[in-house]
Amino acid sequence: MKRHNNIPLITLRKMLRTMFTIRRFEEKIIQLYPQQEMKTPVHLYLGQEAIAAGVCLNLEKKDYIFSNHRNHGHCIAKGMDLKIIMAELYGKQTGCSRGKGGSMHLVDIKNGIMGTSAIVGAAMPIAIGAALASQMKNDKRVSVVFFGDGAVDEGAFHESLNFAALKRLPAIFICENNFYATNSPLLARQPADNIFQRAKPYLIKGLRVDGNDIIKVYKSAKDAIESARRGNGPALIEYRTYRYKQHVGTRYDHEVGYRPKEELDTWIKNCPIKRFKNFLLKNNLISLDEIERIQACIDREIEEAVVFAKNSRFPGKDELLEDVY
Amino acid sequence: MSWEKVYTEKSDFEKACKAAGKKLRGLTYREAIREALLLTMKRDNSVFIMGEGVDDSSGIFGTTTGLNRIFGSDRVFDTPIAENTMTGIALGAAISGMKPIIVHMRMDFLLLAMDQIVNHISKWSYMFGGKLKAPLVIRSIIGRGWGSAGQHSQSLQALFLHIPGLKVVMPATPYDAKGLLIASIEDKAPVIFIEHRLLYEHIGYVPKNRYSVPIGKGAIRKVGRDVTVVGISHMAFESLKAAEILKKEGFDIEVIDIRSIKPLDDELIFKSVKKTGRLVIADTGWITGGVAAEISARVAGSVFKYLKAPVLRVCCPDCPTPASPVLEKNFYPGAREIASAVKKICKR
Ligand SMILES: Cc1ncc(C[n+]2csc(CCOP(=O)(O)OP(=O)(O)O)c2C)c(N)n1
Ligand SMILES: [Mg+2]
Repeated sequence: MKRHNNIPLITLRKMLRTMFTIRRFEEKIIQLYPQQEMKTPVHLYLGQEAIAAGVCLNLEKKDYIFSNHRNHGHCIAKGMDLKIIMAELYGKQTGCSRGKGGSMHLVDIKNGIMGTSAIVGAAMPIAIGAALASQMKNDKRVSVVFFGDGAVDEGAFHESLNFAALKRLPAIFICENNFYATNSPLLARQPADNIFQRAKPYLIKGLRVDGNDIIKVYKSAKDAIESARRGNGPALIEYRTYRYKQHVGTRYDHEVGYRPKEELDTWIKNCPIKRFKNFLLKNNLISLDEIERIQACIDREIEEAVVFAKNSRFPGKDELLEDVY
Repeated sequence: MSWEKVYTEKSDFEKACKAAGKKLRGLTYREAIREALLLTMKRDNSVFIMGEGVDDSSGIFGTTTGLNRIFGSDRVFDTPIAENTMTGIALGAAISGMKPIIVHMRMDFLLLAMDQIVNHISKWSYMFGGKLKAPLVIRSIIGRGWGSAGQHSQSLQALFLHIPGLKVVMPATPYDAKGLLIASIEDKAPVIFIEHRLLYEHIGYVPKNRYSVPIGKGAIRKVGRDVTVVGISHMAFESLKAAEILKKEGFDIEVIDIRSIKPLDDELIFKSVKKTGRLVIADTGWITGGVAAEISARVAGSVFKYLKAPVLRVCCPDCPTPASPVLEKNFYPGAREIASAVKKICKR
């Protein structure tokens, strides 16, 4: 079997495919958003795709993920059907949360997506609880939680690391450090740029990795996940990356007076998808033709999701009070 | 229920049983809670207990004593002092197939967990179209007296009453403490289970078997003609004391122990008010925006035309809990205040 750096070719292709899917899916959102039919705030993941893809490709279907407001990438990478995400964005009854969650609250139990929270930092305790259940039942599931650098400001981050370390839970803390929480830069909120070092006092592994290099993301996550599955406890990985779009919405920050365009341009040069595509091409691991075929296939899938979402019915008024308990 | 009288002394309970010619097992409220936990954990491996001090020798006022030895430290364990995260952990475990019981020794400390309770636990079904369920129990304890002051005394049930997606139960008798706790653990919804410290020593009939008391159903503790008195938690007991005082003065009140405040047994209250035409509500919490206010509004909205007098609320006045015994005495209402409220709306 063809491999690179000990990674099978099939996995390398999946990496590309997953990153493409996330990117194209959100580009579709950007295209359709002005129609104002998707009435839900969207926190776009563009620029950070290597993290969701690289981490989730190491997970089994039964493994849990927990995520935050910027959740589309994580859910797509974990295997969620694009149709039920899109339908949820359109507020339709066929959406994953039957139109009661919107963009920030996706769920897909069969793929281990146990609900995403838009309260900064708050998914961590829930993820740790799932890891505790897994440890109690000895069902060998790993629980992964994605969060931003902003969530590190929260008490829940520290409390969760503490408990996960105390009980050696199969939990992986994935911090996507994009250097901003809304418009507030990291160093306006934290005394130093050292998120990965917060693992040290809890005696667990803490790593800092280039989040725009999917091979590095994949390998670091693989080690941590395998170790947790073997019962060796949690890890904290800080992936450094950048979000292209504004905090919420489909425009660029420099168009609305926030982060400078030069900063964005530097990061776009460092685009995780472009980097990986070039790497595959250079090493003859894929051809341009194949890339085009993959992209066409993804675009078809996205188009189908849009048609499905648009054609689905809205929830009935009588559904308003359903599912309270 | 054949026998539902509750006593503060064991000897009184025994005397009463003897007088009635019954041989019944008496259990205190604390023992009843422990028995509910014991029986449920024996049957269901997915049930576990966590909280600050659940495995120490005093065992949450004796309600968890020794359970760690029976079930092991995996199923009964102490936690870091991190209320919000621990409560979120309970949620994570609940959606992953377990049935956690998390204990917050005092309701005041529960406030640190409001994010997980209000933003997460209560919504983890609805926000995902009912696809997930969070079958967990949050045991929390309220109390009064001994100069506990502002941060060790609060009865904050009204905060939870306000939140869709939670159930809130407040048993007042040992029988209900056991039956409602069993029902709460079995319920698919998250339940806030509120115990009152002054009730722990109360003793009453508690059958040995595993039984449950339905959540959302109140109980008439005393049938009466003149005024309906709805009592919540310890105030149900005070209402019965008030009934004794009032009987001597010729007033015959009906006492409802509401048992659950969410869902609330409106029908039971409405039916009683239709009969008596008068209503007093006695709660352990503050008066403004409280459970009594909610009950008043529902009664006004549905059975207004049966009311012969204004509805009165007997609750704590709008100030934080004071420490000094003199101030405390004026802060907490009891049987006497309930009795005066009844007399006031009867205007005889
Ligand atoms: C508890 C809480 N406080 C504030 C907010 C508002 N808010 C939403 S996202 C966000 C920034 C989060 O930044 P980060 O964790 O770095 O994630 P990113 O958006 O960069 O992916 C803030 C402050 C919130 N949702 N929850
Ligand atoms: Mg950020």
